Amino acid sequence: MASLLELKNVSKIYGDLHALDDVSLTVEKGEWVAIMGPSGSGKSTMMNIIGCMDKPSLGQVLLDGKDISKESQTSLTTIRRDKIGLIFQQFHLINYLNAVENVMVAQYYHSVPDEKEALAALERVGLKDRAKHLPSQLSGGEQQRVCIARALINNPEIILADEPTGNLDEANENIVLDIFRQLHKEGTSLVVVTHDPEVGEVAQRTIRLEHGKIISDEKNENFVE
Amino acid sequence: MFFRMIKGTFIHQWKKMLMIALTVALGTSIATAMLNVMLDVGDKINAELKTYGANINVVSKSAAIVSSLYETDEATDAYLQENVTGELLTIFWANNILDFAPFLDGQVKLDGTDQKVTGTWFHYHLSFRKKGSDYIRDTGINNLRDWWEIVDGERYDEQADFYKDAGDLFAMVGENVAEKKNLKAGDEITLTGKTTEVVKVVGVFSSGDNEDDVIYLPLSTAQRLTGKADLIQSISVSALTSPEDETSQKVAKNPELARPEDYELWYCTAYVSSICHQIQEAIPTSSASAIRRVADSEGDILNKTELLMTLITVLSLIGSALAISNLVTSSVMERSQELGLMKAIGAKNVRIAGLVLTEILLVALVGAVSGYFIGFGFAQIIGHTVFGASIDMKGMVAFLVAVLIFAVTLIGSLPAIRNILRLRPSEVLHGR
Repeated sequence: MASLLELKNVSKIYGDLHALDDVSLTVEKGEWVAIMGPSGSGKSTMMNIIGCMDKPSLGQVLLDGKDISKESQTSLTTIRRDKIGLIFQQFHLINYLNAVENVMVAQYYHSVPDEKEALAALERVGLKDRAKHLPSQLSGGEQQRVCIARALINNPEIILADEPTGNLDEANENIVLDIFRQLHKEGTSLVVVTHDPEVGEVAQRTIRLEHGKIISDEKNENFVE
Repeated sequence: MFFRMIKGTFIHQWKKMLMIALTVALGTSIATAMLNVMLDVGDKINAELKTYGANINVVSKSAAIVSSLYETDEATDAYLQENVTGELLTIFWANNILDFAPFLDGQVKLDGTDQKVTGTWFHYHLSFRKKGSDYIRDTGINNLRDWWEIVDGERYDEQADFYKDAGDLFAMVGENVAEKKNLKAGDEITLTGKTTEVVKVVGVFSSGDNEDDVIYLPLSTAQRLTGKADLIQSISVSALTSPEDETSQKVAKNPELARPEDYELWYCTAYVSSICHQIQEAIPTSSASAIRRVADSEGDILNKTELLMTLITVLSLIGSALAISNLVTSSVMERSQELGLMKAIGAKNVRIAGLVLTEILLVALVGAVSGYFIGFGFAQIIGHTVFGASIDMKGMVAFLVAVLIFAVTLIGSLPAIRNILRLRPSEVLHGR
């Protein structure tokens, strides 16, 4: 498998605090990786750096073979738009746009909005019949599925999910994890940041962080393709 | 999608947008009212000030020389022909001459004592013919001295039906004379000079100055009493003028030596100095001069009024810019997660700034259009309340206000745009 993402000796330093401390990591294309760790372990910092929303203080980040650690904010925005799909714990849907419009916003900033494609993305997450509903008219699970559809709409090379089930009940958590399984089957690369062991266990590989350092990097023996 | 997002913002943030529209409307209305009044106010204030008397005095050339040699305002024995008065109607700025009246002073005996009399036109129907053209104007001191308070009787008016065919043996008596001689309207007095005339007192007036010591007579009566048939000593002229500026003052000192373009501009502008120059051209035996105190204070009042209105406009626009700045900044802060999300999913700064600016400019447009019409209404209220006249709608004001409001809205939005540029998606989306 070719490597999609590579972190080489990456550190993120805020004053005296090393949020990430000399971290090296490789994610292959099509791989499903869970990044776990307690609060303050550096999960979100790593997510921001991988998601091109922040730059490392030291080290290199290679995405699809290209070093993005020294890129300007503008080119990081372009890379994020073209290669990365983001899923958030808080969903972050625009509350005055309905479900399909929320998906189309990502198309709008990527290329051209296409309602048919956006509806197809919603169908993929089982929400076609809720396309015209506002976020306030959707349950938490449904909002997260709209968020997933938005992340998928531009066919990104990697999906980054930050605590995707953190605000969901068990039933909705299972729905989201089923969608991830489906995406993985289709060859989508997934990096899921979570502190939930159940979410970590279903991934192909689990990386554990503590105090900004990787303390373990294991293949999940129980992983079901 | 762009307009769906704008529509969504308008619906979602309607209170903020309404506040921005109201702020812009307020700024626009004040700017529109002030600018419309300011551009129209020159004529209006001038017209208003002209009701307080003449601003140009015309005497014979020799009288002017004597007056400047001896630095006296006393009347001399130098005269103009009465019939030159009509020449005033032939000058380039004739339409700016509102009223004028000739004067002839004399000393007569009243009850054995000396009494100053002045002959003039009260309400005179002047008909003047020159080079085949007829010039007609009703003029006289009834307009030039409209502040006279009539304490007894009425104003003399040679055009009024009662007086029209009754000859010219009437008089308006100053309050002090009436008091001293115990005169009232309806009395007959005998004035003795070169001739003896028995005139009827039509009214007693109070002017508040030394005119209260004078008896005003129809010009023809005064000419008989003083033996100066067809002669006058001076003409008082009330003209609408523009405030003098540096160039006009320079040209006025020596028009012959001025650069042709300066001379042409000066001649074709209603400066009091250029109107005086034109009067002297029309009446070569005359010397016309501005009554400086009046002309200068008119210019001063006009300049100060315009300055005041400019300041009000500038302050209102600064106020609007600050209010817009606060409102847009708070709107952007409120939407920081939404805007951060847009950045996170690939929106570049320029597109987000463009979206926010479009929203603000559309709201500002609505505010500006309504503010313009409200402001025009304000201008009419000011016009009618202060000047008793309508204010004309000027296209230039619409253009100027549009440019100013556009600039104010952009400037007011700058802090918010700076916030957008600094917004880091990783911070707002993680609530840091």
